[in-house]
Amino acid sequence: MAKIVIDEERCKGCELCLTACPKHIITMSDNFNKKGYHPAKQINPEECSGCAFCAITCPDVAIEVFK
Amino acid sequence: MKKVFGRPVSLTDVPFTYCPGCHHGIAHRLVAEVLDEFGVRENTIGVCPVGCSVFAYLFFNCDMVCAAHGRAPAIATGIKRSRPDSIVFTYQGDGDLASIGTAEIVHAANRGENITVIFINNAIYGMTGGQMAPTTLAGQITQTSPYGRDPKTMGYPIRVSEMLSTLKGATYISRVALNKPANIIKAKKSIKKAFQVQLDRKGFSLVEILSSCPTNWGLSPVEASKWVEENMIPYYPLGEFRVPEEVA
Repeated sequence: MAKIVIDEERCKGCELCLTACPKHIITMSDNFNKKGYHPAKQINPEECSGCAFCAITCPDVAIEVFK
Repeated sequence: MKKVFGRPVSLTDVPFTYCPGCHHGIAHRLVAEVLDEFGVRENTIGVCPVGCSVFAYLFFNCDMVCAAHGRAPAIATGIKRSRPDSIVFTYQGDGDLASIGTAEIVHAANRGENITVIFINNAIYGMTGGQMAPTTLAGQITQTSPYGRDPKTMGYPIRVSEMLSTLKGATYISRVALNKPANIIKAKKSIKKAFQVQLDRKGFSLVEILSSCPTNWGLSPVEASKWVEENMIPYYPLGEFRVPEEVA
């Protein structure tokens, strides 16, 4: 069991985590954050393996990984 | 549940001022993680350049100095010589290190100064709006090479790591990229080796990091990471150019 926590206010919507996720369970939110970006969000959290590829790819260190 | 990945202590809480998808943030994090892992944050002095990363002093949670354009290795030399027990690193872009600061980096490497240089190569000037840098690839379109860089009149892109690795004073020189998770993991190992060389007082270490500039390349962050793979890595091969036996 693993989970990620995305800090939506730090996210700049660059989508690099989408391409890094081997399970393809990150997508962009339809909402805006305070900066005006669409932040990343996780779908199907039960599939997350906690590999942390999204977190190491995130240029804004906006993702924390728990395992 | 235990936190297995989070913000390193050597980074402050200040959000990065970089554009979306810019690899500077990843490079900052890797350096900060290495400082954390060696436990040297309280004893580290970083030198920031002029360029997009001029504000690095806001982001690194250690003592920082901001150098005049290109002069970071000279300032780092002074700091390291007067405080030999401190860990001293410079963080420089290609406009800073490979253009206006060429003399400083070449001679700092040649003297074998015991400092670590983090060199961000994104093949363009970022902060000033996308002009041609010494590292701009042949044919690459920038604000000051609107028809593409023509080596006949504008010279060839400089391979800084290869050039510096011919100097006897350089101890550890490597080139890494940040375009995908596998390369990011390798980049961190390389940065760690560079700081290890300094901790062991073995001499000059430099890690050249191929990095993207989506805004000035006119690409999306995902396309820019692909551009690094397809265009930069073939011209700037990854690998270690100088390695002391002890950390190999």
